[in-house]
Amino acid sequence: MVKQKEAWSNGWQMNQEEAANRMELRIMPLSENESFARVAVAAFMTQLDPTLEEVEDVKTAVSEAVTNSIIHGYENKGGDKPVIIEAYLTHRRIHIKIEDRGVGIDDIGRAMEPLFTTKPELERSGMGFAFMEAFMDELHVESKQGRGTVVYMSKQIGGQ
Amino acid sequence: MEKMFMVKDGWLTITMPEEMDHHKAEEIREGADDYLLSGKVLHVIFDFSNTKFMDSSGIGVIAGRYKKVSCYGGKVVAAHANSRIRKIIMLSGLTDLIEIVD
Repeated sequence: MVKQKEAWSNGWQMNQEEAANRMELRIMPLSENESFARVAVAAFMTQLDPTLEEVEDVKTAVSEAVTNSIIHGYENKGGDKPVIIEAYLTHRRIHIKIEDRGVGIDDIGRAMEPLFTTKPELERSGMGFAFMEAFMDELHVESKQGRGTVVYMSKQIGGQ
Repeated sequence: MEKMFMVKDGWLTITMPEEMDHHKAEEIREGADDYLLSGKVLHVIFDFSNTKFMDSSGIGVIAGRYKKVSCYGGKVVAAHANSRIRKIIMLSGLTDLIEIVD
């Protein structure tokens, strides 16, 4: 999980050039769009012939990341700035990037601790990143205060 | 449409939606707390018969109701959860606090 920042962005770029297929989706940061985002990625990944469990794992991880962007990144206020969901498929692997231009994360290490939440009043369980980690093979988070947050995730599909 | 909330003998049964995410969480939270505040309810059953998807927002809803009823000795039960929902509940650690029944 801990890799050089450049290595991650470069890896994303490089692998993308070898991708068999790719998608990009921009949504307004509204809770109505959470199901749309996860179902879109789930439909896209069916090309890899995933098991039902693999589809559910990816749906959960996408839902957590998109919800984080809407609630934390954009502080549940909506607005015109987008949540951008990108994905591409390489041989038996789905790579996903979820990006917002919101407030950013103050302390990523702390945010990723299970049960840690900055919004207990909204009854956030603090399990978002823990679920992303549990259901995907790789998870990497980059964030800058005032600039936004990018979550990179990938998962091997089939052939396990 | 099926009623989301039902009260009988001190038990509040909440029929959970097909997709239990952040979008649905607030409606359930507020509705449930109206009943909890009424004083006619001590225990809560989350009925997952119709639920196909749940993320950590659902965990927040369950944990929040647990906090409210447990200080009066109330119980929280998750019923009819499919294997996926059970997995999510187990991963969250809520299994120590709530009862899971078929």
